[in-house]
Amino acid sequence: MPDKMHVKLTVNGQDAEFLAEPRELLIYALRERLNLTGPHVGCETSHCGACTVIVNGKSVKSCTMFVGQANGTEVTTIEGLGSPDALHVLQETFREHHGLQCGFCTPGMITRAHKLLEENPNPTEEEVRFGMAGNLCRCTGYQNIVKSILAAAAQMNASKEAAE
Amino acid sequence: MKDEVDNREERVANLKGMGCARKRVEDVRFTQGKGNYVDDIKLPGMLHGDFVRSPYAHARVKSINIDAAMALDGVVAVLTAKDLEPLSLHWMPTLAGDKQMVLADGKVLFQGQEVAFVVARDRYVAADAVELVEVDYEELPVLIDPFEAIKSDTVLREDLEDGADGAHGPRRHHNHIFLWEEGDKAATEEVIDSAEVVAEEMVYYHRTHPCPLETCGAVASMDKVNGKLTLYGTFQAPHVVRTVASLLSGIEEHNIRVVSPDIGGGFGNKVGVYPGYVCSIVASIVTGQPVKWVEDRMENLMATAFARDYWMKGKISATKGGKITGLHCHVTADHGAFDACADPTKYPAGFFHICTGSYDIPVAYVGVDGVYTNKAPGGVAYRCSFRVTEAAYFIERMIEVLAMELNMDAAELRRINFIRKDQFPYQSALGWEYDSGDYHTAWDKALSSVGYDDLRREQAERVEAFKRGETRKLMGVGLSFFTEIVGAGPVKNCDILGMGMFDSCEIRIHPTGSAIARLGTISQGQGHATTFAQILATETGIPADSITIEEGDTDTAPYGLGTYGSRSTPVAGAATALAGRKIRAKAQMIAAYLLEVHDDDVEFDVDRFVLKGAPERFKTMKEIAYAAYNQAIPGIEPGLEAVSYYDPPNMTYPFGAYVCVMDVDVDTGTTDIRQFYALDDCGTRINPMVIEGQVHGGLTEALAIAMGQEIAYDDLGNCKTGTLMDFFIPTAWETPNYVTDHTETPSPHHPIGAKGVGESPNVGGVPAFSNAVHDAFRAFGLRQAHMPHDHWRIWKIANDLGLHD
Ligand code: FES
Ligand code: FES
Repeated sequence: MPDKMHVKLTVNGQDAEFLAEPRELLIYALRERLNLTGPHVGCETSHCGACTVIVNGKSVKSCTMFVGQANGTEVTTIEGLGSPDALHVLQETFREHHGLQCGFCTPGMITRAHKLLEENPNPTEEEVRFGMAGNLCRCTGYQNIVKSILAAAAQMNASKEAAE
Repeated sequence: MKDEVDNREERVANLKGMGCARKRVEDVRFTQGKGNYVDDIKLPGMLHGDFVRSPYAHARVKSINIDAAMALDGVVAVLTAKDLEPLSLHWMPTLAGDKQMVLADGKVLFQGQEVAFVVARDRYVAADAVELVEVDYEELPVLIDPFEAIKSDTVLREDLEDGADGAHGPRRHHNHIFLWEEGDKAATEEVIDSAEVVAEEMVYYHRTHPCPLETCGAVASMDKVNGKLTLYGTFQAPHVVRTVASLLSGIEEHNIRVVSPDIGGGFGNKVGVYPGYVCSIVASIVTGQPVKWVEDRMENLMATAFARDYWMKGKISATKGGKITGLHCHVTADHGAFDACADPTKYPAGFFHICTGSYDIPVAYVGVDGVYTNKAPGGVAYRCSFRVTEAAYFIERMIEVLAMELNMDAAELRRINFIRKDQFPYQSALGWEYDSGDYHTAWDKALSSVGYDDLRREQAERVEAFKRGETRKLMGVGLSFFTEIVGAGPVKNCDILGMGMFDSCEIRIHPTGSAIARLGTISQGQGHATTFAQILATETGIPADSITIEEGDTDTAPYGLGTYGSRSTPVAGAATALAGRKIRAKAQMIAAYLLEVHDDDVEFDVDRFVLKGAPERFKTMKEIAYAAYNQAIPGIEPGLEAVSYYDPPNMTYPFGAYVCVMDVDVDTGTTDIRQFYALDDCGTRINPMVIEGQVHGGLTEALAIAMGQEIAYDDLGNCKTGTLMDFFIPTAWETPNYVTDHTETPSPHHPIGAKGVGESPNVGGVPAFSNAVHDAFRAFGLRQAHMPHDHWRIWKIANDLGLHD
């Protein structure tokens, strides 16, 4: 069995430390060691995006990153985006616009959409569709997901303007 | 007091009952990553199981050596058929009356078949150990083509006695499973032989896979102290799984608890019982520890429940004026290595005999031959009622082909053959009784909404421009009018493994006027917790927000046959409404007692019972609930609970009209869906938002199937589409926006008139997309091109028609 390595990362603002085989995938470290079961496994081949998290400010499919590679990084998962008392705008607009059904893709979708809106706060429908193309959904047909994301952008921009 | 009487509208709104776009209660946990799916379950001491699978499609298993695997640190057990045999669990019965190997017993019959089950400390060790199991195979001839299999000397199923009947009657060849027939063969042939016009075509609906985003999995936990087995898993029919688990294992049914937690999409994939479930149970019994098995995507696509694979040879006859006179269909159905189709027992080809579609066809015949091949077993209803999508695709292609034969507009041909409104309830030539419909109204609405005549004009101009060399893009108008048959089903003719296909609901009203209701179904994204509460709100006057809906735990929920075939609303929805009415009936007696009047003197009004003619005297459901528990009422038992088991008198028949407008690039084979219009009639509408979401999702699955998704094999039986790289799932980028619309023709026999909708868009969508591709090339004589219409195949159509010359 390969030697274990000492892994240290920050997940949702909290330090995490454990011994793991370097080949362990980040998604399993998050789900099984840290009990962050929001991100899901849909393929393990980087096609579906259900496992999407944010690593050092970038969207990452966590089934495609070894925990060894994630050593020393800062990771955000769906659990770190909002809290029951203070939902993320996307968490609200997805519900408002029926952007989910079985919910299996949803944590990855919202985590990716959050990053997309950070990178492009004013996306067109086309840009949303392109920017979300790494996340598969089998239930919704995307129409309401796109709607939810555009609504979130509008809402975020409106509150930004109000604050200025 | 007066205010409370007058604000009726507000009271109705407060209920969030049927017909309103209530936001989903499920979403709160899902959006925060707090769903609880099977792979999220973690039990103390839990072990992980993983399969050794066959690399060959047909081979003899000469030996299995587990020594190296067992020697690996962290490996607890390796199970093979030999270990399961003493328990009689090396084979298991399928839902179709056949049997299936749990672990390879002497031979393997498809690539990816389960050969050994490794149980280890964690999933990594289990995967390592899988590599260490040495299996010695001797390759055998592979049969991939059903037409060849039915003639071949190679015997696939050596376990079946030669010449003996199968579960569905005589087998005429060792690779034959059944011949199932319906309709009047002689009369149909006579009509067709003497018809003015006949169109004949082979229509293939290719093999595909439901591929929900969450794969299948289970966690089995045998508590040896109490003798109780708990089984969590991705089950669309948890109660049936409990019964089957009991029959197979010999553990008494009350000692088994089956739980379907949140399910990440099912679409038919999670109806069947898979070797993984059985092996997890056995492994937990053997090791005394909980065992988790979750398949990966490749295992999901290669080994669990495929769908379709129907070769449908059709003949349709008509008068010169276009009135259809007869329909004949013979199907060669490729069932793979074991007949594991999930169909009601009596119907080995499901409800395929709905294939006369929406048309008044006086005489028809269907024969279906089931055939074994070296492919994965399954044959599930992928987002459709049993084999209905095959039937709808067949008839909607035959109509188009007939329209070509008649040189007639395909929309018009449909119109003159629709079953008329005044013909309902309509008796079809193949034995169904359609409950209600108004096809002409729906069709006219659809055609005028899309501007049908203008589209045809534009298309004709495009063809001319193409011929002049001004464009390389053709335009297709894909029409589809479908009739679904859902809500299986009447116990008199529908059962699965002998269990009648009723469903159930049990309601408890709490003293303070809120409630919990439990059903025999299980949501996989359909939003039952939202919509069933809406039915109950309207029926009982308790606000939907005060009603918890629970499903999926066999220890608490009433027995039901589960969720597939769009049966939840037609069957469990009816049970829910009727259970609600029982509550209301008792509430009426309590209200009358409290108001000191006769039962007949009070009437239900939104959320209360009022004194007839004096609405200012009333008792709210809240007050009634409290009294039910806290007041001794003579002649009335305390409490307010009800249970209803609903055996539907008939199926329901949702229908719809879809139009897809598509540009097709002749040189690249790429397509651009310019417009998609979907009109659905699912009877009474419970939640328009949820309906629309179901339609979007179903259409996108239809898009996938029609335009690229398939399970394909090479000649050696290697599955070529085992990853999401090869198995097409549209992204947001490839998926169009849909326009949804509706008409509303309630079901006359359903308590609230609802028919179900989840599967309609898949049933109707596939022909709409496919017909659009065909229609683009109609002017150049294309009659039939098999799906999926990926870019290469479309390019090939153009090339075969000489359009590249
Ligand atoms: S599980 Fe990571 S992309 Fe699918
Ligand atoms: S909501 Fe089910 S996969 Fe997206």
